Amino acid sequence: MNAHVKPATELSRRSLLKAGAGLVLGVYVARSGIAFAEDAPAAKSVNIVPNTFLVIGKDDTVTVLCKHIEFGQGPFTGMATLVAEELDADWAQMRADHAPSNPVLYKNLLFGVQGTGGSSAISNSYEQMRKVGAAAREMLVAVAADEWKVPAGEITVEKGVIKHASGKQSGFGAFAEKAMQLPVPANPKLKDPSEFKLIGKEGAVKRLDTIAKSNGTAEYTLDIHDPGTLTVLVARSPRFGGKVASFDASAAKAVPGVFDIKEVPNGVAVYAEGFWPAKTARDLLKISWDDSKAEKRGTDQLLNEFRALSKTSGALVKQEGDVEAEIAKGGRLIETEFVFPYLAHAPMEPINAFIHWKGDTASARYGSQFPTPDHAVIAQVLGLDISKVELKTILAGGSFGRRAQQSTHVAMELAQAAKAIGPGRPIKLVWTREDDMRAGYYRPFGVHRMRGVVRDGKIVAWADTIVGQSIMKGSPFEAMTFKDGLDSTAYEGSNDIPYAVPNFRCDLHQVDVGVPVLWWRSVGHTHTGYAVEAFVDQLLEAAGQDPVEGRLAMMADKPRHAGVLKAVAELANWKGAKVEAGRARGVAVVESFNTFVAQVVELSMGADGPVVHKVWCAVDCGVAVNPDIIRAQMEGGIGFALGHILYAQQTLDGGVPVSGNFNTYRSLRINEMPEVEVVVVPSTEKPSGVGEPGVPPLGPAVANAMAKLGLPRPTQLPIRPGDTA
Amino acid sequence: MAAFTLKINGREHQIDVDPNTPLLWAIRDNVGLTGTKYGCGVAQCGACTVHLDGQTLRSCSLPVSAVGKSEVTTIEGLNSKEGGAVQKAWAALDVPQCGYCQSGQIMSATALLELNPKPSDQDIDLAMNGNLCRCATYVRIRAAIHAAAKSLEG
Repeated sequence: MNAHVKPATELSRRSLLKAGAGLVLGVYVARSGIAFAEDAPAAKSVNIVPNTFLVIGKDDTVTVLCKHIEFGQGPFTGMATLVAEELDADWAQMRADHAPSNPVLYKNLLFGVQGTGGSSAISNSYEQMRKVGAAAREMLVAVAADEWKVPAGEITVEKGVIKHASGKQSGFGAFAEKAMQLPVPANPKLKDPSEFKLIGKEGAVKRLDTIAKSNGTAEYTLDIHDPGTLTVLVARSPRFGGKVASFDASAAKAVPGVFDIKEVPNGVAVYAEGFWPAKTARDLLKISWDDSKAEKRGTDQLLNEFRALSKTSGALVKQEGDVEAEIAKGGRLIETEFVFPYLAHAPMEPINAFIHWKGDTASARYGSQFPTPDHAVIAQVLGLDISKVELKTILAGGSFGRRAQQSTHVAMELAQAAKAIGPGRPIKLVWTREDDMRAGYYRPFGVHRMRGVVRDGKIVAWADTIVGQSIMKGSPFEAMTFKDGLDSTAYEGSNDIPYAVPNFRCDLHQVDVGVPVLWWRSVGHTHTGYAVEAFVDQLLEAAGQDPVEGRLAMMADKPRHAGVLKAVAELANWKGAKVEAGRARGVAVVESFNTFVAQVVELSMGADGPVVHKVWCAVDCGVAVNPDIIRAQMEGGIGFALGHILYAQQTLDGGVPVSGNFNTYRSLRINEMPEVEVVVVPSTEKPSGVGEPGVPPLGPAVANAMAKLGLPRPTQLPIRPGDTA
Repeated sequence: MAAFTLKINGREHQIDVDPNTPLLWAIRDNVGLTGTKYGCGVAQCGACTVHLDGQTLRSCSLPVSAVGKSEVTTIEGLNSKEGGAVQKAWAALDVPQCGYCQSGQIMSATALLELNPKPSDQDIDLAMNGNLCRCATYVRIRAAIHAAAKSLEG
């Protein structure tokens, strides 16, 4: 992506829409003066239709079209909060739906294409969505002024009611059609934060998606049953990089309900009337695989290779002072190796996607996290102009990074499966849990070799040699994330530790492995957060310092790190790591995606491993738009992280992924969920995201608490590798 | 293939399927009720939880041929006072995140309250630990079950 700065854009586009029976107000408010890219591949030829973020119905409902996918992190509610705030709408009239694929209108202002990731939904939309609401408000007021023959300045709007002192009043719906005819104000006046009624206010809004998610009516991709839809299951190579050599489908074809069986680039696709016939038939396929180009190494072998590399210096990421000279001066040298496993995302709804290819046109809908590249690849595979292809994002049952596919592998497989049987029948591509868990796209496997020197009660040298696989190499994001040939997501958090250490070195061995890898909730911080925060705790212990006080002493120029650390210490009433008999506390603080999170964990040792009783959490994400959603993301991030550091790993045996389901890829259960207390630190900084940043501090805080109980600090994750369901 | 009559949410449905078809897929693909979800297929996650004669059941692991005359209740047919209280508590506390597991969570929570109107934390652990939530909404699930129990005290 070639980002460039575009000058302030006039608010130019609007269009009339009909949504159901209601007349609607379409408002498009362009942002101004932020770096972005216009040259996304799909951008030039796309058919721009619904030029809007906002639909106001005759019935006064206000529907916000959300450019970000809702998979639990809360953008439906977040975008609607921003619009409703400036529109002075009543929360009860607010609705949200996904925007269709359109890289010009609905691009993420951080990426330049439409997509959700990097905990960026609120941060990139904060001003944009407020302007949408403010512009719509000014237009509605202008119509009211004209109708009532009163000055616009005398009109007020409160909780969805437009009012004048003369007693005249109206809802939004009555004026929406006329408002449509007006020019969109270029610079609508935004509220001063002191005037906010919804943003940052406790209890002011409820999630817009809760009811549908509590009564079974929320529609996910797996629920699509358009008439004539065939369910498609694909048999894929057990090893990464394997290809079909030959196959025999005779037994599979005989299964009642099977419509067809075709070879596709990824394997062999079974098309059937429903899941069970498709699965039954797929189990009967006899396929011989060509593994000549497949990855055949197991994780044991990878560990040996990575471990050997970690004992040599990698490509330099950052250096200050001279670590080796400092080591030579003496003091206590501490060396620790941390090993991180491959992790599957395992969202509750496994991967799936739906498309109806009609020949001249195609219509796809599923939980696409990156609509722009998905849209382009579907059009390309089907040989259609992108203007003939629709892509609609719908709710997805979790992601944790899994649905943000820079490789577009699911969109491609969907389109290839459609192409293989030709136009006509709609198809729903369904992956089983085992398909999803064994398909790769894991959090990369990796090693950190840390060395530190403690002298006179101070940390005087710090070195971190990382061995890992690049997530971004070969992807459309390579240009954005690579620096000097190195993937910054492999070391983010390790090169910029918040602690002032005079001699510092961070280097990286970027290793190629034939296992597809992907970002996983908090990306590089999943391992760098653990390595840095467990190691600093180890060094502080050697230096005889308190984990909280010792950290604060090295954070003089890191006010936001220090701020959350102090806040969590106060919340937890921190008086040192040792608490009542049999229990201990650990702490960690990690910044990710410009959000700062500190956590204190209190645990004891059970018969099978650590039992985490309580987690205190302080978060600084700038202006807090929806405090309850922020708390929910911290609670969920803590549970997600705890399950993984205790139990989760995907191992490879001769290149074949071993775990296929939750019986061996153990997930946290309710009886293991600690009590959680969250404080949202007040801030006037720009808002930043919360979907990911609750994850990284939890693991090292657990490790640090275990060390305070006199147990070994876990250096190879997961902590309980043999534990199954 | 064989013909079966399933009694779901008080209505009878005739379907013609492979007798080994799990009840889950009969409910979803043949009857067309999609609130009950697929998450693992091996009774490990609880996303497919329904009630069979009032007891929780992992519908992914019971063949349709074994259902017999039993009455199936899915999230769409949840109409007991406990079910209503659970759904209200879910809304009051904004429990769901991605929402995909929540039909199963609500079916398990409702069955718990129908059996035990005032569950302790340990009772909740026992009744709910077969329902995974990858978003880890567990703190709120627990709080919402307690809130629902309180609301049923009258």
